[in-house]
Amino acid sequence: MNKVVANAREAIEGISDGMTLMVGGFGLSGIPENCIAALAESGLKELTCISNNAGVDDFGLGLLLKKRQIRKMISSYVGENEEFERQLLSGELEVELIPQGTLAERCRAGGAGIPAFFVPAGYGTEVAEGKEIRTFNGKPHLLEHALTADFAIVKAWKGDTHGNLIYRNTANNFNQAMAMAGKITIAEVEELVPAGELDPNQIHTPGIFVQRIFQGKDYEKRIERLTER
Amino acid sequence: MALSKEQIAQRIAQELKNGYYVNLGIGIPTLVANYVPEGIEVVLQSENGMLGMGPFPEKGQADPDLINAGKQTVTVLPGGSFFDSSTSFAMIRGGHVDLTVLGAFEVSEKGDIASWKIPGKMVKGMGGAMDLVASAKNIVVAMQHCSKDGQSKLLKKCTLPLTGVRCIRKIVSDLAVIEVTEDGFKLLERAPGVSVDEIIAATEARLIVEGDVPEMKF
Repeated sequence: MNKVVANAREAIEGISDGMTLMVGGFGLSGIPENCIAALAESGLKELTCISNNAGVDDFGLGLLLKKRQIRKMISSYVGENEEFERQLLSGELEVELIPQGTLAERCRAGGAGIPAFFVPAGYGTEVAEGKEIRTFNGKPHLLEHALTADFAIVKAWKGDTHGNLIYRNTANNFNQAMAMAGKITIAEVEELVPAGELDPNQIHTPGIFVQRIFQGKDYEKRIERLTER
Repeated sequence: MALSKEQIAQRIAQELKNGYYVNLGIGIPTLVANYVPEGIEVVLQSENGMLGMGPFPEKGQADPDLINAGKQTVTVLPGGSFFDSSTSFAMIRGGHVDLTVLGAFEVSEKGDIASWKIPGKMVKGMGGAMDLVASAKNIVVAMQHCSKDGQSKLLKKCTLPLTGVRCIRKIVSDLAVIEVTEDGFKLLERAPGVSVDEIIAATEARLIVEGDVPEMKF
């Protein structure tokens, strides 16, 4: 049951050109920094990335965008990343924008074995184009399909050798749902401990969802918008 | 005088009721937290995964793992909680949030809202706005009545890609408080010193005006 790999480079082994990846995080909070750096170094290309945002110009998934390693982004919010917006507007990058709650639920559903579900978000907008509409309790809903990925890459605060994960504060965000939806889920953690050291009552992601785990290093944990009193 | 952004937030804060769970969008809506009336307790929800959002941290105390939906560093108040994005939107979609305040590029007299995209020019993405407007029981829009070049943003029909349809109930702009009724925009209050005629002139859609329209009180 030992799922520990040595480092990010070993963790991303098996990812190949054209694959679909889920990448956890919200803005720059809770992003798998080590794996993103390893992907940037790998030169892998034609990737489809499912991630709420795309980092900033020089950090997070912005690193992969800059090197044109991403063919398609599936996200809810691209603001504050000029390179993303430029590639989107010029048509160099294929982008599917999805309401944030629908994106989270599509990931969760993918991991939970629910192929599709109905939500009201996006009714009457361009998000609804081509989607089946049904009315429940007098309100129109869109049929949304689950998302899965060849690899889901998440970041947690603490993890153990069985792959159990605990997130910290708002760095959980998309990591928990995405961890469920990867055919292979890679977790990088700030602190890796032997199985048995984490309190089972506090686990957010049970180890069954995680195939590879490693102790990350040199976390920059960059703050995108520092605001103080 | 047209209201400042702070005054728009201050007026919206009067909509808060004791015990409300409230989601505040990015921009002017965020400022509402600064004007919660005395004696009223509300819990702020941030859709990236927090209830009990507190003020910005003291200098040097910012935590990269503790941000709001606008990616700003914040704090958490006693009694707060953290959760993942799908749980967060279960709160929103499930109708557990009492009041949502968000910004807009345009609002139509039917209650349609456009707020996420200007084709060919700007795409920020909808973030959580489509989920929020589709499910919130009670939505207030905070916005400027007109664009910088004087074009009305309160329209018969939105011109920009929509965020949601028939969902907005109330608008607080720099000029007026307006209710979206079955019959269209109804003027409820004026900004201090702004006349009914000035508001009509700044509103492309028809404005329903009944009797004397009071000035906003602060």
